[in-house]
Amino acid sequence: MSATQTTEHCRSNRGLRILCPNGHLGFAPTKLGSFELGVAAEPDMIACDSGSCDCGPVPLGSDNSVSPLAWQTHDIEAMLVGARKLAVPMMIGSAGDTGTNSRVDRYIGIVRDLAKQHDIPRFKLGYFYSELTRDTVRSRMAAGDTVRGLDGRADLTAAELDATDRIVAVAGVHPYIKLLDMGADVIIGGRSSDCAIFAAPAIRAGYPQALAYFYGKVMECASFCAEPYGAKESIIGEITMEDVKVTAMLPEQRCTIASVAGHSMYERSNPYYEYFLGGHIDMSQCVYEQFDERTTRVTGPRFIPADELRVKLEGAGKVGERYVGMVGVRDPYTISRIDDVIGWAKSQVRERFGKNGYQLSYTVYGRDGILGELEPLRHQPAHELCIVVQGVAPTKAIAEEVCMIGTRQMFYARLPNVKGTAGGVAFMLDEVMPASAAYRWTMNHTIRVADPMELFPVHMVEAGV
Amino acid sequence: MPLLADIAKTIRSKNAGVDKITFDIIFQDKAAYDLVRRSGVLSRAAICKLYGIPDSRISDHVEFDPGLAIKFTMYRKLPSGSLGDADVFGSQQYGPLLGVEVPLD
Repeated sequence: MSATQTTEHCRSNRGLRILCPNGHLGFAPTKLGSFELGVAAEPDMIACDSGSCDCGPVPLGSDNSVSPLAWQTHDIEAMLVGARKLAVPMMIGSAGDTGTNSRVDRYIGIVRDLAKQHDIPRFKLGYFYSELTRDTVRSRMAAGDTVRGLDGRADLTAAELDATDRIVAVAGVHPYIKLLDMGADVIIGGRSSDCAIFAAPAIRAGYPQALAYFYGKVMECASFCAEPYGAKESIIGEITMEDVKVTAMLPEQRCTIASVAGHSMYERSNPYYEYFLGGHIDMSQCVYEQFDERTTRVTGPRFIPADELRVKLEGAGKVGERYVGMVGVRDPYTISRIDDVIGWAKSQVRERFGKNGYQLSYTVYGRDGILGELEPLRHQPAHELCIVVQGVAPTKAIAEEVCMIGTRQMFYARLPNVKGTAGGVAFMLDEVMPASAAYRWTMNHTIRVADPMELFPVHMVEAGV
Repeated sequence: MPLLADIAKTIRSKNAGVDKITFDIIFQDKAAYDLVRRSGVLSRAAICKLYGIPDSRISDHVEFDPGLAIKFTMYRKLPSGSLGDADVFGSQQYGPLLGVEVPLD
């Protein structure tokens, strides 16, 4: 959509309509039936998010995707073909789960290949990067900037920065607006706030920021804001000068007051506030109305600009190589003494490797494996247990041996009154298995910027035939 | 006494960022929402007792009228996916809520 067209939308109050096919592109394939119904409704844009920090620190730390290439390609193909057919912009944010530079490059490659494959006439392909080097952060800290901890975290120390392998900054609407201004037909974004992808074209077209950011918030998970529950189905949202309306595309789904209001609390600490680069919205005065059978209308969000521009940073650092072992226990006496069994195995690892230089972790399924200390029933273990052992160390060889001793020595645990003396645990596999390296979230912080674009360089190329 | 699982439409938990887990208990109608809200079985103090945590672990506790929901958020002991965390998405932490007994008056 050209700048003239967007201004036209705003002036005529016809509304800007965006089709969102998927709440996390590539993580599970887009359902094409409702997507095609969405394309047939002729939206002004097709957009979605492709990232999440839900998948843990491993993808960011190791610079990988948890989504298979085939699914990413499948979802991008549907969007690209649909958007070029309608000649409307297409935007994807937080490419490849993490939004690192390599993930942006991967999506650029997929778009180029698909454009050739489908003989799509030449178009402008814009993208921006979000990755930040440790040196950049270090020099800002040296210049006196505090990298502030979020969610109860301490401010970033030099040691935690050194322990970090990869950092992404979370962009706001700004690089998307810039690329639309530059005439991009397709935009692949690095890490960015989910809501920014949808808010950007709305703000650029002149709609109120409060409604625009709310629009982004309600759109970003696609059919998660509809009922009955059914993921990966398309929705269309429309923003006008007065309201936001959201409609389910799957005939079986409806956007109801309950489902849309319910979605505004999903995955966030507080249902009333949504924070992003440049401010936050207050949704406490939002009014939800059933507009038609499958559409809910929302009014009343407020935008509160930030006093200082602070960009969120996500960082992950490697802890070590990792092996995993598993054992089962059926003897009630052994179950009642399971901590002693684990204690014995740990002592045997200590005998071989000493106290430091590795980590050994036990998860006791059937007792408190999932909740840990939060488990109210941890004093009533089940009649059988599965214990998962993780050994982490600087090299694969040491991790394997740590894990092997920590697993196999449970078999030889010395309990005073055990009846079974031929093996203290059951092995499904008498081996330990290599797993992904262990990482941890080293950064969930913010850093001050003077210009909201300064960490997000934009680029424009051409694709198609 | 009926259980929360019998009364609530949705009971779920999920990451809210990498350092927190948020819990949503959503009701079908206002009567059920009000019943549970007034009973106090999902108050801050009741949640702390159920999960065995101090009040400082709860970052938010909200009665969300537009969604007919009670929502609370707790700080994780370890960031998601750290060695020792067995619920990377935070998606199974709601289990103990299902069996909470709700007095009818």
